[in-house]
Amino acid sequence: MSIWEYSNPKKFMDWTAPVVPWTFGLAALACGAGLVWGFFLTPEADKFGSTVKIIYLHVPAALMAINAWFMMLVASLIWVIRRHHVSALAARAAAPVGMVMTVIALVTGAIWGMPTWGTYWVWDPRLTSFMILFLFYLGYIALWEAIEDPDTAADLTSVLCVVGSVFAILSRYAVRFWNQGLHQGTSVPVATGGRTVSDVYFVPLVLCMVGFGLLFLALVLLRTRTEIRARRIRALTARAHRA
Amino acid sequence: MPELGEYAVYVLTSYAATLVLLAAIVGLSVRRSRRVKRTLQEIERG
Repeated sequence: MSIWEYSNPKKFMDWTAPVVPWTFGLAALACGAGLVWGFFLTPEADKFGSTVKIIYLHVPAALMAINAWFMMLVASLIWVIRRHHVSALAARAAAPVGMVMTVIALVTGAIWGMPTWGTYWVWDPRLTSFMILFLFYLGYIALWEAIEDPDTAADLTSVLCVVGSVFAILSRYAVRFWNQGLHQGTSVPVATGGRTVSDVYFVPLVLCMVGFGLLFLALVLLRTRTEIRARRIRALTARAHRA
Repeated sequence: MPELGEYAVYVLTSYAATLVLLAAIVGLSVRRSRRVKRTLQEIERG
């Protein structure tokens, strides 16, 4: 059986029905364990004091804000190349979740900035590219809402998604590209393995990253199922009007 | 409750804002899912 058969709307609804509650449950477990561990059981850091506890919110949210856009990019490209409706609907479903993750990263970053940098905001390359990514999320959601024909909306939002990917990449690598600004480099660089977070903070941080990832997955599956149902409602309503 | 010292307001505000935003996106997603599911069932029943 081809992997593409799972993106058939009926099959997608069948296989995701039992997966969604389990994914929500695992997300709650991982987020709960990571946040409780990080908040209650980790010590203050020499450099940051107790503000180090914000890392358990800021880093996972920033990670998911960027990865959500890449997930939307892949889904959009699948739509453009193979015209699978479920992939276009999955991209649409992911956008508000990615936007909320971006807002969390921006808000917690601003709050963390005050005690560490002495300011809530600077036009630093990473902060600025993140702000632009947030605006792209807004534009993407607005474009879906503004166009009545869903196929046209999927086509145009796919183009916007490709353009916005530049800022998703910049958000991740801005510190390396420009080597300036206040924001530090990546705390947990997966490619190089040279993490700057010590072990005592690392395990709860990984739990939170896994938890945020699972929460994103659960929300995207749930919201995609909703979009598939909404599409079916539109089709049935249009058929009833024609009859 | 851990001792957060002079930075308590920053840490607690971060956690409160994050939990509110996460609860909002989960709550809105679940509510819309239920509403759309119910509407589809009503239409399919005729």
